[in-house]
Amino acid sequence: MANEYANNTTMRSPLGRVRGLGSAKGGTHHWWMQRVTSMALLPLTIWFALSAATLAGSSYAETVAWIGRPWNAVLLLATIGLSFHHTAAGVQVIIEDYANQEWVKMGGILAVKAICVLLALASALAVLRIAV
Amino acid sequence: MPIMQDSREATMAGRRSDGSPVKRPLSPHLQVYDMLQMTSALSISSRITGAAWSVGLVLMVWWLVAAAAGPEAFAGVQWFMSSFLGMLGLFGLTAAAWFHTLNGVRHLAWDAGYGYQIQDTYRTGRWVLIGTAVATVLTWVLAFIAWG
Repeated sequence: MANEYANNTTMRSPLGRVRGLGSAKGGTHHWWMQRVTSMALLPLTIWFALSAATLAGSSYAETVAWIGRPWNAVLLLATIGLSFHHTAAGVQVIIEDYANQEWVKMGGILAVKAICVLLALASALAVLRIAV
Repeated sequence: MPIMQDSREATMAGRRSDGSPVKRPLSPHLQVYDMLQMTSALSISSRITGAAWSVGLVLMVWWLVAAAAGPEAFAGVQWFMSSFLGMLGLFGLTAAAWFHTLNGVRHLAWDAGYGYQIQDTYRTGRWVLIGTAVATVLTWVLAFIAWG
């Protein structure tokens, strides 16, 4: 009886409970960054899709010349950074939704972030090697 | 209290405003949705096409890294991209990318507070499907003109 009573009460005040919950001004950051990157990727993706289509059948020299043009290189770097940011954020949410074991969730998210950072750095280095 | 094994417990366990513990119900899961309903099918398709695009990004990395590495490495990319399997993969990726992009615009409109009427969600859903088909075909027409 005494234990049951203890389970149903708390030493914390209602204000104390509320203070321990909810956003500490970072609660919407992940969600908001997904929206920001998606808006930035909208024109970049259309540009990249149309550029990639018109590069179909281009030779090695033509492709490298296209990548190396200053504006193309800048837009490619922006596309790479934003794409992998958006991808890592999106796959993180998928893992959070479906992984029930805490270690699978944390391990999966860290692995995805590591892969995304490495792939982004590799593609950025490739663009810079061609353009600079 | 044992260490939590299943993270779903964290979202189930809560306290009422008087402090008493309560196991709250979770949000409805897949079994309550009719997947033949267009809105549900488009919703999960948005996630699936996003995941597919994540994998497809590796092609862009390969393309850029091979271009930086030299003509031999680039010839490998060109061989794959013009093979039957490569073209099939690229075509699927084009469709997935356009769907994810156009449905993403639909999501941004929802985020801004527009289009929540049931008939609007169906109408914008049809626009996304038609737009995906048109944009995918136009992208490939452009590619074949450039190639030819």
